[in-house]
Amino acid sequence: MERLFLDRDSRVHRLSPEVKIAAVLLFTVVVVITPREEFTAFAGYAVLIALVTAPARVPAGWLLRRSTIELPFVLLAVLLPIFGHGERVDWLGLSLSVDGLYGAWNIVAKGTLGVLASLLLAATTTMRDLISGLDRLRCPAVITQIMTFMLRYVDVLIDDARRMRIARLARAYDPRFLWQAKAFAVGVGSLFLRSYERGERVYLAMLSRGYTGTMPSVAGRAPAREWAISSALPVAAAGMAVAAAALP
Amino acid sequence: MTAALRITGLTFAYPDGREALRGVDLTLTPGERVALLGPNGAGKTTLVLHLNGILHGGAGRVEISGLPVTPGDRKAITEIRRRVGVVFQDPDDQLFMPTVAEDVAFGPANLGVRGDELDARVTEALTAVGMLEHRDQIPHHLSFGQRRRVAVATVLAMRPEILVLDEPSSNLDPASRRELAEIIESLPVTVLMVTHDLPYALELCPRSVILDAGRIVADAPTGELLADRDLMAAHRLELPFGFDPAAVRR
Repeated sequence: MERLFLDRDSRVHRLSPEVKIAAVLLFTVVVVITPREEFTAFAGYAVLIALVTAPARVPAGWLLRRSTIELPFVLLAVLLPIFGHGERVDWLGLSLSVDGLYGAWNIVAKGTLGVLASLLLAATTTMRDLISGLDRLRCPAVITQIMTFMLRYVDVLIDDARRMRIARLARAYDPRFLWQAKAFAVGVGSLFLRSYERGERVYLAMLSRGYTGTMPSVAGRAPAREWAISSALPVAAAGMAVAAAALP
Repeated sequence: MTAALRITGLTFAYPDGREALRGVDLTLTPGERVALLGPNGAGKTTLVLHLNGILHGGAGRVEISGLPVTPGDRKAITEIRRRVGVVFQDPDDQLFMPTVAEDVAFGPANLGVRGDELDARVTEALTAVGMLEHRDQIPHHLSFGQRRRVAVATVLAMRPEILVLDEPSSNLDPASRRELAEIIESLPVTVLMVTHDLPYALELCPRSVILDAGRIVADAPTGELLADRDLMAAHRLELPFGFDPAAVRR
């Protein structure tokens, strides 16, 4: 469950989750609303990411490997200059649409910056902390409760599925074609039923311990100092955006 | 002396018409450890869920240390659920929070305990089951026996008067089974233990009752009860191969 989390001790790791979530969210908003022609602003954002990565002790190679999740969107972006309309330029014998080039740059630059910022957040904050951070940011309790239960039970569910798969294989089940997938589909169905029944039993166990419909609140608040430190990221980004727009 | 638990004339039928309890009478004195025996489908779990007011609606009355279980009264029912700690059979059902400490804190937090007092409760309960060093772990990473012990701690943190254990020894290896027995013996609470593990009942509970077809059909010292072959056979209870209750010295 903690595949993205890098267990290090760093100043970024120690920050309260809610300040990190807020900083990444605001940074991403600034990135997204920056006009695509402001190349210097985007260069500045990349520098900001690097400035957070270093003290967070997140290896650059790790960030790059993880950011490959973005590749499907990059592929889409590559198609834009080729199939785009309007004014065209010649490059290495290819006729490319200028508007398409801008569009591709827009997707790749904003996407990459957003992915990198999110990865930094995930690398420095555990799932548990992310959820309590959202809770303290007044995210609706229904959503954070569902996430909390998912965090607790996803491994139980995976174990259930694994045991059922082994039980199928032990009876010489060896699906090779789509029409042999019936046993798998039935397995998914019974996994759903099992989880549903577990949900009922968990609810009884919660009632037995005095649950009345609201989870006990997560105590604690981030100190103002942490808010100040983390706000440096979106504030600096916003500053760069304004400066880039003001310069000719 | 007020009984720790007094059940009188309790009946219950499920919405589909199946009668699970047909007039149960049972009294437990404070500090007593009693085993609740009976075949599958006898109504044991149904009875347990009546003790803290989760199931209700039939005739009869349940009192915990003199306080009647009144499901309509939210305040009273919270107090009942503090007094009656139910440890369910599958610890994965009982441990639903991401970490051990958060799970143990869930019960007392629902009772309004906060801050340092809450921390102290968690430490106290985890110490009682010997799991304090695992407080920040994820329940999934614990062994089954450890999870069962944490499940007991989640209830102890509410400082219950009656501990209700549903199949406490099921799926435990012999060492974990013995460790849990030592923990149960060390607790200064009234215990009602639902079990199919008859040697465990003999080891831990001086008194046993048999529930069958929704009625208490026997109530006697555990040793005597297990030695009564006809009674045992009549209610589908069987001792493990080679086990002779008369040969066990208490």
